[in-house]
Amino acid sequence: MRIALFITCFNDTLFPDTGRAVVTVLERLGHRVEFPQEQTCCGQMHFNTGYRPDAVPLVTRFARAFADYDAVVTPSASCAGMVRDNHPLLAERHGTASLLQQVTELVPRVYEFTEFLTDVLGVTDVGARFPHRVVYHPTCHSLRGLRLGDRPDRLLRAVEDIDLVDLPAADSCCGFGGTFAVKNADTSAAMLADKNAAVLDSGAEVLCAADNSCLMHIGGGLSRQGATVRTLHLAEILAATEGTAR
Amino acid sequence: MSKPGSRGVVWLGSPSFPDAAREALGNTRLRANLKRATTTIRDKRLAVASELDDWEQLRDAATAIKNRTARHLDRYLVQLEAAVTAAGGTVHWASDAAEANRIVTELVQATGEREVVKIKSMATQEIGLNEALAEAGITAYETDLAELIVQLGDDRPSHILVPAIHRNRTEIRDLFTAEMAHWGQPAPENLGDDPRELAEAARLHLREKFLTAKVAVSGANFAVADTGTVVVVESEGNGRMCLTLPETLITVMGIEKTVPSWSDLEVFLQLLPRSSTGERMNPYTSTWTGTTDGDGPREFHLVLLDNGRTDTLADEVGRQVLGCIRCSACLNVCPVFERTGGHAYGSVYPGPIGAVLTPQLVGVENAASLPFASTLCGACYDACPVKIDIPEVLAHLRAKAVERKPRGAEALAMKAAATVLDSPRLLSAAQKAAALGGRALAREGRIGRLPGPLHGWSDTRDTPAPPAESFRSWWRKNREGER
Repeated sequence: MRIALFITCFNDTLFPDTGRAVVTVLERLGHRVEFPQEQTCCGQMHFNTGYRPDAVPLVTRFARAFADYDAVVTPSASCAGMVRDNHPLLAERHGTASLLQQVTELVPRVYEFTEFLTDVLGVTDVGARFPHRVVYHPTCHSLRGLRLGDRPDRLLRAVEDIDLVDLPAADSCCGFGGTFAVKNADTSAAMLADKNAAVLDSGAEVLCAADNSCLMHIGGGLSRQGATVRTLHLAEILAATEGTAR
Repeated sequence: MSKPGSRGVVWLGSPSFPDAAREALGNTRLRANLKRATTTIRDKRLAVASELDDWEQLRDAATAIKNRTARHLDRYLVQLEAAVTAAGGTVHWASDAAEANRIVTELVQATGEREVVKIKSMATQEIGLNEALAEAGITAYETDLAELIVQLGDDRPSHILVPAIHRNRTEIRDLFTAEMAHWGQPAPENLGDDPRELAEAARLHLREKFLTAKVAVSGANFAVADTGTVVVVESEGNGRMCLTLPETLITVMGIEKTVPSWSDLEVFLQLLPRSSTGERMNPYTSTWTGTTDGDGPREFHLVLLDNGRTDTLADEVGRQVLGCIRCSACLNVCPVFERTGGHAYGSVYPGPIGAVLTPQLVGVENAASLPFASTLCGACYDACPVKIDIPEVLAHLRAKAVERKPRGAEALAMKAAATVLDSPRLLSAAQKAAALGGRALAREGRIGRLPGPLHGWSDTRDTPAPPAESFRSWWRKNREGER
């Protein structure tokens, strides 16, 4: 199986550790990961902000960059959702017939990281150890977009010595919403305040999620408040082998 | 064809959503009222929806019925007109708010009456009927408890189902005490703020109106095309009073409220109360077919309102919004609505459904901030009993809003970003620049407050400094050589 990592432009630029974590986990499980250098961005920001024609070249690039792989794995629920739900739509309305065909063929092989581990590889114990109190925030794209369900939870529960605690009102949006956080900054901040209160309530040291974008927003708010809770993509927890002989 | 400007729906002079939201967010009492109310309704809805094994099938059936009705709406409307007429009613067609208001005003004037009682109705709110009647010297009395509260407060509704959700019981007591006397039966002396006492005060106040009014105005939840039966679903019984006591009944109904037959109605009568008030069944469901000698109103008029609906129907993505049954489930689960309340939307239709309905009814350029008043979190789609894909329509309307506005700084920035993102080489260069710039701005790995358009972001959040090396650069140096 030829596996390609779709790092996403956001993680590529701001959270390279998450990409390395995905590679670490997949290699630990005995798989080889490739990184097609032609990849860039799924076009989510342009699509969600209303700039659809600007997103079309990115759809074309994505389809070309990943055409030869059996599986495309990405550590971002929102980017996976963008590809799955909106690449076909953009190709159909704004692209050519051949683009639509490429996209239609590729989309079923694009997986969010936890989907790939649980559904394709069939594993939940990835050999991680992380002796910390952790809380998981189901991002909207994980929960209602991709319907990841308990996949992240199953993976996290299999981590050795993890102390996984519950997040109050977990299914509430954190208020990020991409350009929403800039266009509607006050409403976004009000939602963030409630999410942060819930995170602090949970007593966790580490907050994890399947989207670094939401984590950057929540973590940015926690940091401004002077809170000591760390934010970490869940791939980095699954990659951790703290204190083990590995 | 009517112009969007003559359609009402939006409150003229309202600020854009972000500005209105900022003001609403500063009102701590409003936020507390909203949080309590939306959380309560949300829990009740979940409980009664989850007890039905076939809830998802009911939702699918509702979508299918609404789609079919929309596809053949021309036929069903004519069928409805024929059936209502055959049953002794009169049907009027109104292309927009102005025409509907004129029709209703003339119908009331023809009775010689100066007062009408009203059943809670979104359609009449949409067209601004009370204001139009007032201009003709006719007073409309709202008889729904929450609408009464709004009317007494010279206020605007902030929720489709619970228009006074922004008020708590103490505010309501004060309003009753101060205002009821100006409209009729005064509030009892020393009125307390116990809900039971408040309801009793409203009951006494309204009873006088029910017993004297000769004309009633209602909306409609549904109209059955093949029998001409109109349906109003309510909780308080005020609707039943208005539908049975007066001599003349005038109903204003959006054309999309039509359902083909009674067996279609059955689906919605299960979905609506559970989704709206969180009840298995609403206390009062009134149905009437034209007029009946010696029973109820002697005259019945049905005003079929377009007001932007055929424009909406012409949009293949946006038309699903016409399936809305005004249950408000989307408002109650919306994290944005929960914080800002309904007034921030500047429209009769607030919340997620307002953000997709209002711009379609009045033209997206006349409500351009509304499609952006959402994080696209998807809670509304999950809650919608008709499975309207609100996030899909929001994204669709955002694209329309962008198309129709003059290209400015945002469009240029988006174009520049698209150029960089469509080139691994330019992306690498931008990442290096960001790493350098970020480190110059950062302290202990965190960037604090930023100037310009990003201040809204950085006022409440730190931003991590970009790492020295992007993933692609790391990969090139460390992994490419191996393979």
